[in-house]
Amino acid sequence: MSRRFPRWTVALPVALVLGLAGCGSAAPAGSAAATPAGGAERAKEVTVFAAASLTGAFTALGQHFEAAHPGTSVKFNFGSSATLAQQIAQGAPADVFAAASPATMKTVTDASLASSPTTFVRNKLQIAVPSDNPAKVDELKDLADPKVKVALCAEQVPCGAAAVKALGAAGLKVKPVTLEQDVKATLTKVELGEVDAALVYRTDVIASAGKVQGIAFPEADKAINDYPIAALAKAPAGELAQQFVGLVLSPQGRDVLTKAGFEAP
Amino acid sequence: MGAATEHHRTAPARPPWVLLVPALAGLAFLVLPLAGLLVRAPWSTLPARLAEPYVLEALRLSLVTATIATAMSLLLGVPLAWLLARTDFPGRRLVRALVTVPLVLPPVVGGVALLLVLGRRGLVGQWLESAFGITLPFTTAGVVVAEAFVAMPFLVISVEGALRAADRRYEEAAATLGASRWTVFRRVTLPMVMPGVVAGAVLCWARALGEFGATITFAGNFPGTTRTMPLAVYLALETEPEAAIVLSLVLLAVSVVILASLRDRWVSAP
Repeated sequence: MSRRFPRWTVALPVALVLGLAGCGSAAPAGSAAATPAGGAERAKEVTVFAAASLTGAFTALGQHFEAAHPGTSVKFNFGSSATLAQQIAQGAPADVFAAASPATMKTVTDASLASSPTTFVRNKLQIAVPSDNPAKVDELKDLADPKVKVALCAEQVPCGAAAVKALGAAGLKVKPVTLEQDVKATLTKVELGEVDAALVYRTDVIASAGKVQGIAFPEADKAINDYPIAALAKAPAGELAQQFVGLVLSPQGRDVLTKAGFEAP
Repeated sequence: MGAATEHHRTAPARPPWVLLVPALAGLAFLVLPLAGLLVRAPWSTLPARLAEPYVLEALRLSLVTATIATAMSLLLGVPLAWLLARTDFPGRRLVRALVTVPLVLPPVVGGVALLLVLGRRGLVGQWLESAFGITLPFTTAGVVVAEAFVAMPFLVISVEGALRAADRRYEEAAATLGASRWTVFRRVTLPMVMPGVVAGAVLCWARALGEFGATITFAGNFPGTTRTMPLAVYLALETEPEAAIVLSLVLLAVSVVILASLRDRWVSAP
């Protein structure tokens, strides 16, 4: 049964696969590097990794940026800040990182991939309830009622950490039915009426455009999330990354963000 | 035909390289990511991480739900496969295509679809709640439903294929001897296609064990009730990639051991 194959029959496929893998990881970097920052041709593409809660506001700011810098395009990767931070730490070719919490930004600064992030907005939690508010929730302590089905974000993601802080400040024990992986998933459960209440950001309630009702509560002030932004040290877009951060921090940027429900730091 | 292949086997011929090279490339492609997990695993802290109670809790939940989901798929999927392979009814092709929908659907979309039907305000779900007080989302039963939804097509396709390949003359002989269709199915058809059923059940179980998207969307994520291993892995990935690697390895090791022992027991039986 012991049939010998020439050694190359093993080496070749392995080389082939490794080669393919190399292409795979090189491709995104290559497309960003196709416009070298230092060359005669200026970088024309800015890749922004931003927290999911920034989706609306940053998309609008991206259009402003493209209008102000003709020939450039802004690409976004919106997602959970923690996931984005991991992707950047693993070498994802990003130019700018805007996180929903200092803790997730720290993952990136600790890896020396960015320095001196700036807090550009703050976000506050609200209670989100379905538009008909079936459980008649009107303050935070209603969430502790075992008959009320509550969705929270998982503690590992910023909205979940904020929820724990707010509930702790209020001295409440809430037993949620689910701990969602990001704030948008939490909001979806409210929109579909599967839960009676959830703690999400004020900005998410505004973005849902009436599909859920938001209820402000005083303890939210004890769990305010700071959003830091930084141009990344190895930004393939070079100077353009700084310029995008500049736009976010400018009065124009602040205006767009405030309209989305964020607060000035 | 069988004799001819036996004859050829006696003269050991080197496999043709046109098959060998892509075959080994395919193997490397499938195995290298696993090697990546093994290389990056935090071996020194492994025992401490494994001892954490949430690992065992999630593993137990995963094994229990995947097994119940497979049992449910067998109960509903084998008759469905039989219906598709052995009866003729208008629109059978369409039905067969519909059975494979969960294979194509992104699991997260499948989860949303389940919520829209079986959720508290869903078409069937609101009736379930008002009539029986049953709500599926955010319960362990909901995990089983989500897993069965995604995994059952694997079983149905596999069993249907086995039924089509089986020699129908045995069934016909049994029928002419007076056996009812149910008896034929039970005594002749089912034993004949058993390898296909086992293979389908194994595929189904493996798919259910790895299910993530539909589960987190439909059943949510809460430790002890709905947080299965894949959900725990995903959540660990948010903050502690090393813990995620450990959890993945546990899931892999347990499933490989279970599948390998099942294989020795049933699949290799003649």
